[in-house]
Amino acid sequence: MVDRARLSGRARQFMQKLRHGDEVAHLITLLAAASIIVVTVMLVYQLFINCALPRHKFGFEFFLGRTWDPVSGDFGALPFIYGTLVSSALALLLAVPLGVGAAIFLSELAPPRISNYLTFVIELLAAVPSVIYGVLGIFVLVPVLRTVVMPFLKHTLGFLPFFKGPIYGVSMLAGGVVLAIMIVPFIISVSREVLLAVPVEQREAALAVGATKWESTWQVVVPFARVGIMASVFLALARALGETMAVTMVIGNDPKINASLFAPAYSIAAVIANEFTEATGDLYLQALIELGLVLFLVTIVINGLARLVIIATTQKGATQG
Amino acid sequence: MSLRTGWRKIVNVVMLSLTGVCALFTVSALFFILGYLVYYGGKSLNWAFFVNLPAPVGEAGGGMANAIVGSGKLLLLASLLGVPIGFLGGVYLAEFGGRTFCFIVRYITDLLNGAPSIVMGIFAYTIIVIPMRHFSAFAGGMALGVMMIPIAVRTTEESLRAVPLVLREGALALGASKWKTVATVVVPAAIRGIVTGIMLTLARVAGETAPLLFTAFSNRFWSQGWNQPIASLPVMIYTYGLSAYDDWHRQAWAAGLVLLALVLAANIGARFVVSRGISFRRV
Repeated sequence: MVDRARLSGRARQFMQKLRHGDEVAHLITLLAAASIIVVTVMLVYQLFINCALPRHKFGFEFFLGRTWDPVSGDFGALPFIYGTLVSSALALLLAVPLGVGAAIFLSELAPPRISNYLTFVIELLAAVPSVIYGVLGIFVLVPVLRTVVMPFLKHTLGFLPFFKGPIYGVSMLAGGVVLAIMIVPFIISVSREVLLAVPVEQREAALAVGATKWESTWQVVVPFARVGIMASVFLALARALGETMAVTMVIGNDPKINASLFAPAYSIAAVIANEFTEATGDLYLQALIELGLVLFLVTIVINGLARLVIIATTQKGATQG
Repeated sequence: MSLRTGWRKIVNVVMLSLTGVCALFTVSALFFILGYLVYYGGKSLNWAFFVNLPAPVGEAGGGMANAIVGSGKLLLLASLLGVPIGFLGGVYLAEFGGRTFCFIVRYITDLLNGAPSIVMGIFAYTIIVIPMRHFSAFAGGMALGVMMIPIAVRTTEESLRAVPLVLREGALALGASKWKTVATVVVPAAIRGIVTGIMLTLARVAGETAPLLFTAFSNRFWSQGWNQPIASLPVMIYTYGLSAYDDWHRQAWAAGLVLLALVLAANIGARFVVSRGISFRRV
């Protein structure tokens, strides 16, 4: 036992733990945890090296080019970036008032039991596969938009550039509406948590000085929770930007930049979904991969900021979404 | 009552009712989706749907047996990748990890969770499809497996954290080593939450279409093996829904109903299990 005596205290402790299996278990679980980081880094690396051709050929021009012509090998991503941003912005425009309104109802008005049940039902909406939203979009939403909503908008607001041009049904507007329905659950479930985290004294103080329920909610509780609500909006935005199937099925898939919301458009995720398997030639395929990389980085940055805000405001990492 | 007070009261009632309308509208969206699928899907759901192969293009009838089995196979492959990493990673975060490294892992996990699903497809494509030069069930399984990791990690961690500290202390006081405590006391105590979490991740990736389009691709026949293209329910819904045949639309509704029923059942089941587990947390 001379050897053991020579070992320092820490090493002996380590040997003992090793014999009990603690260090082995620690190492195995550590490897699993570390592999999550490895996978993420590998993801970025793989996408990056697999889009070398268009990066070198077009450089920054890739993001400003307006033509997408696989036949002549000319790739510009602007129409897709435009379609992604506008459809997501449209979705937020519709979903934020709806979501924040519903969150206010669930946190301030509804009795806790009913609020919990309704929130659960709303969270189920987030679990519906996006391809089902897409099919419903084609067969229900697009016909309604084409026959009722779009003619109405054209008739009343037709002087605006957004509501001009022929009506096809499949359009930027359809994409935005489908996205809005898909992201509302995220806004509601996070906003509700943030609103519930507002101290009850804030409400009592407002009511005590004579505010109505609505005034206390809108002028005291909501401003108190505004950072968290913003974070929920950013989470929803990241979802909307990356959403693929439902958008692909209703947005019309036409790579043109058009001010009218009635016109068909195209989004980054949709072009990847549609053209990836048909991409002939390395340049074409790699241009699509570069689009994927851009999409990934943008959503990661938006998500990252939103998560930091949520961690800071609710003191716990949100697992939803 | 002054005019101003009256006005404020009217605003109060109107705005609060509007928030109620918002909530009602959102909730009714789910029931609309459910009702629509049950009506149209139920009409076209029959026994042949579950046991037959797709009929040749242009012929009516046929089913999606290959897609149902294919989805099952893809989920199995995904679980083989996602469950071990997710479970062990969750154990690390809850039981072994230090502060800073855990924060980083947790943060990256959340980011990975929010990444667009189509990017996972590209990732699997560059890693498996390009070297092998053809679409395969492996590639699809890998794309879905990576997507499973984040939720599996976070739900495992949270279930383990809900186990009371006294259980750990009791085991350690009896002389059990740390890993033995975790393996024989903490994990069994939390197993319901962990299994529920894994069910939820399966439900989520079961409905994913985008990552499968160019990894698992699709197949109108039985798959020739794990290394070959394979059909799946979501991709079938996509191709059938966009097709020009009424009969295919009919089958897309049926497949949508089956998929939605599976996903919602998993979610509702998970909710039931977790809410029953709460009594335990207050020990």
